Amino acid sequence: MKFPLSWLKDYLETDASLDELLAYMGKAGLEIEDVTNPAEELKAFTVCKVKAAAPHPDADKLKVCTVDTVDGEKQIICGAPNARAGMTAIYAPLGAYIPGLDFSLDKKPRKIRGVESQGMMCSTKELNAGEDHDGIADLDGKIALGTPAADALGLNDPVIDFEVTPNRPDWLGVKGIARDLAAAGAGAFINDPVRKVSGAFACPIEIELDDPEACPIFAGALIRGVQDGPSPDWLQARLNAVGITPKSLLVDVTNYISLDRARPLHAYDAAKLKGPIRARLGQDGEQCDALDGKTYDVTSDMCVIADDTGVIGLGGVMGGQSTAVSETTTDVFIESAWFDPLRTARTGRTTGIISDARYRFERGVDPMSCVEGVHLALRLITEYGGGTASKISVSGEAPRRSEPVEFFKRDVARITGLDIKPAAMKKTIKALGFTIEDTGETWLLQVPSWRFDIEQSADLVEEIARLEGYDSLPTESLPPLKSTKHVLTTPVQDRIRTARRTLASRGFLEAVTWSFMPKADAKRFGGGSDALTIANPVASELNQMRPSILGNLAIAAQRGADYGERDLRLFEAGPIYLDDSPKGQRSVIAALVRPSKTRHWQSVSSYDVYAAKADLEAVLDALNQPPARFQIGEPRQPHWHPGQAASLKLGPKVTVAHFGALHPRVLKAMKVEAPIYGFELNLNALPHMKARATKTKPVLDKADLTPIRRDFAFVVSDDTAASAIVKAAQSADKTLVEAVTVFDVYQGPGIAADQKSIAIEVVLQPRGETLKDQDIEAVSQKIIAAVAKSTGGVLRG
Amino acid sequence: MSEIQTIEAEALDAIDGASDLQTLDAIRVAELGKRGRVSGLMKTLGQMSPEQRQDMGPKLNALKTRVADAVEARKAVLEDAALEAQLATEKLDMTLPPKPEHVGALHPVMQVFEEMAAIFGDMGFAVAEGPDIEDDWHNFTALNFPAGHPARETHDTFFMATPEGGEAKVLRTHTSPVQIRTMMAQQPPIRIIAPGRVYRNDWDATHTPMFHQVEALVIEKGIHMGHLKGCLIDFVKAFFEVDEVEARFRPHFFPFTEPSAEMDVKYTKKGDTIEIGAGDQWMEILGSGMVHPNVLRNCGINPDEYQGFAFGMGVDRLAMLKYGMPDLRPYFEADAAWTRHYGFRPWLTPSVSGGLS
Repeated sequence: MKFPLSWLKDYLETDASLDELLAYMGKAGLEIEDVTNPAEELKAFTVCKVKAAAPHPDADKLKVCTVDTVDGEKQIICGAPNARAGMTAIYAPLGAYIPGLDFSLDKKPRKIRGVESQGMMCSTKELNAGEDHDGIADLDGKIALGTPAADALGLNDPVIDFEVTPNRPDWLGVKGIARDLAAAGAGAFINDPVRKVSGAFACPIEIELDDPEACPIFAGALIRGVQDGPSPDWLQARLNAVGITPKSLLVDVTNYISLDRARPLHAYDAAKLKGPIRARLGQDGEQCDALDGKTYDVTSDMCVIADDTGVIGLGGVMGGQSTAVSETTTDVFIESAWFDPLRTARTGRTTGIISDARYRFERGVDPMSCVEGVHLALRLITEYGGGTASKISVSGEAPRRSEPVEFFKRDVARITGLDIKPAAMKKTIKALGFTIEDTGETWLLQVPSWRFDIEQSADLVEEIARLEGYDSLPTESLPPLKSTKHVLTTPVQDRIRTARRTLASRGFLEAVTWSFMPKADAKRFGGGSDALTIANPVASELNQMRPSILGNLAIAAQRGADYGERDLRLFEAGPIYLDDSPKGQRSVIAALVRPSKTRHWQSVSSYDVYAAKADLEAVLDALNQPPARFQIGEPRQPHWHPGQAASLKLGPKVTVAHFGALHPRVLKAMKVEAPIYGFELNLNALPHMKARATKTKPVLDKADLTPIRRDFAFVVSDDTAASAIVKAAQSADKTLVEAVTVFDVYQGPGIAADQKSIAIEVVLQPRGETLKDQDIEAVSQKIIAAVAKSTGGVLRG
Repeated sequence: MSEIQTIEAEALDAIDGASDLQTLDAIRVAELGKRGRVSGLMKTLGQMSPEQRQDMGPKLNALKTRVADAVEARKAVLEDAALEAQLATEKLDMTLPPKPEHVGALHPVMQVFEEMAAIFGDMGFAVAEGPDIEDDWHNFTALNFPAGHPARETHDTFFMATPEGGEAKVLRTHTSPVQIRTMMAQQPPIRIIAPGRVYRNDWDATHTPMFHQVEALVIEKGIHMGHLKGCLIDFVKAFFEVDEVEARFRPHFFPFTEPSAEMDVKYTKKGDTIEIGAGDQWMEILGSGMVHPNVLRNCGINPDEYQGFAFGMGVDRLAMLKYGMPDLRPYFEADAAWTRHYGFRPWLTPSVSGGLS
């Protein structure tokens, strides 16, 4: 909402400076967005007096003027036909920037056709201050030499733009702003009643209200014999100042009253109205040709204005073409009604119309201002456009809140900590237009008809606190809690933190990517259900909640590679969405690498599926989840390479992670080059460690005998999982076998084509007494037998 | 010169002259070995009379010790020399680069979340969470946004596809629904912060369709707006790691607080850097207020008994102000150069005692 300072002063008597007023606005909750002052642009320009204007010796149309200026007497060459001796004009010194011409005068005097010119006299157009056709600005001779041009032209009028919060539609009128600023202490509120226009005849146009909920009151009056034309200068200036282009008196007056007191009106060409005017609900199938030139389908939910021809406007939103005023209008009917805010908002949303009327009605217009609004319109129109006004016809009744609001004085201190005397509270509340019935601790307040945000005591607390000023609030640190919890985060939050640091310390860069992805890609990652589709996405490729983070990371990795990043390692900890319920959202951490061959003077191996497995196991280990407790199974998601990926499971039902290579077909569809290796770990699925009763760690059980290491190589069929051999060896003697590791896998000469050799090292840990040769031999035989039994493997000869 | 003296002089001379360990060992064998000269003399002790033995015994033992010591001393010298010679052949070019290590980094937004959790944790706030896909009731209605009210439209809400006959869910437009979920699940006293992703349908130079907020909620008896002010000033000082902050609170409108306030802080712009705390200009940094009685009632809490405050702030912007990222958009692009430059090393864990950054 914008308004020029001079307009505010119609309703606020104040000595406050602009800066002080801006401070009052901020204090009262009117957040300043911008302040502009046309005078800033005109600082260089001052009033001058032309002493003489002689013909130029060498040019017919130019005059050599002798001018008294703030800089002394100057010789100025001027081409304006109206330049003459004795004239009061506007002087631009050398070097001045002329805003309307967008150039600066030379800093040194310039010769025009051989005669020196020491400045310039300007038209208002050259100052961006109006349109004049006769030449340079010709001012009232009484204006003193040296007066700033902005003052002389009446332009020293800052325009303030501020944010109107949705709870305060009364700030959409300048008068409402003044009321709040007065209550904040900025000055005295000028609340003169509108001078009423006593109509000369009864309004001949009947007003009928079919739906008292949608439109409970409608006031109107007719003016006959109006001559529409340009509005008076002051009105045009005000509209211009707030960025509205003046059109004609009838249109400008309705716009003006909307801005002046947040009271929307509508003007009809009465000659085009057929029969009574009626506010009713629309009927499906009806249409409205609106003032914006578009045709809208009417629904039965809309409140329309109709006459015998049908719909002639959408109540509170926009008027219609068929009854619009024009330069030929002589009889005008003024509508001042009240439309239900929610219905108006729905009509606005359905039609997509954005108008000043809708903006006001959907937030709430003072229902008591209907009649006053018509009076003001009648007065302005008849004063500047002539004609004879009818009496005002009012149908229906303004909706009024009957119940007073209870206000508890003690709430002010209880909620805000402010210590304010009841008398001061009373003063503030009254200044806002409330009437108070003092019943002791409780006051019963009648809420002014322009306030829709006051329902209970807390609402008054806010009014009192803001007008007192939040600077007066005490500043107190939060008192310590009586009982402090030892852990303020959840286990999953701690996991996220640890997992992120683990991956970052292993060389991964943390990403934060959209929770969305293209629906087509989401399907490739096992998602894409309609329940997770965004109905109004910001862009068509961000229309689906992601079922996995890996897709977004893969695309980011490709983008990085396109920029020349090599061996890019990315991870993200964040949500994925399996359905639209709160439980369908999971916290996962995903990492991937787009490997590139690293050249180094020592050999360096490239990142591969086993490197991804190592990173996953490092994260699990950091989360106190021993990797050995999980089983490795087939991948269960469609975006993994069928032969080079696996799921990590806890029992047959719970899958906690996937790792390996992403499916080349999926990558190709997303224009990402294969291979990409990575993992995704569901942090919600990991088991929670049982809290131990004590922080004391168990006693260290350290074996004091040297472990013995024995190697075995088994020939097995080539589809045998290495883990099966390891597991068999481990279970062969659970007390002696401490660890089993695979150190070689071989296929080639010496081994049949469908077989492979897997070599393991077994660590035997004797306890109590050292192992004798026959003990070691016995264990070895057990291991060989166990492996043979579970995998069919035979010791390699 | 006695035989002992002669042998000693010859042996020590030979030991001293041994130029390598092999020669030295040959000398040791020749003198101290089973058939060595010194050993030979020692054998003669057996044939001596007790008197002679008493005289010669110590002398021969001394000879043996001196020769053995000399062998050991020479051996040490020769071994040392041999090691030196070997090391001289093992010289490496120490300027060669080691195998490359990847350097990781943490995202600044995630780091700032942790900084905030550390500060508020110190004030007793627990960390709460809620879902990104919310229902209308939690995101709006319970927070006192009446159905159809224009205040809802200021949120540029993303709607999920509507199920047949159902009500469309929304992507939460703020972290405030976590207030509702917390109050529905637990009784006061409540002190929580709720960090998370939020979504609004807006994308330009200063807006992204997804961004991050931290919400805070305090519900306790006796908490008033002065505590809100104090808590926020304490937070801003701790977060920006400055001793003093000049702050201003202005009335504003949020449906779920009453009274509502926006907080501005003074700042100075020096070139590309912004210093928060003092200066000549005000900057709005967050919205706050006392929890609206309707919100408390919607969660089954009696507003005449309990009261409290809430605030919410944009984490991405606060991270920009603190760490100087000039633009919001690269936050979500997973750009490697940006992350290395503006990100944090993994071992930098924010804490109140150890400093945040």
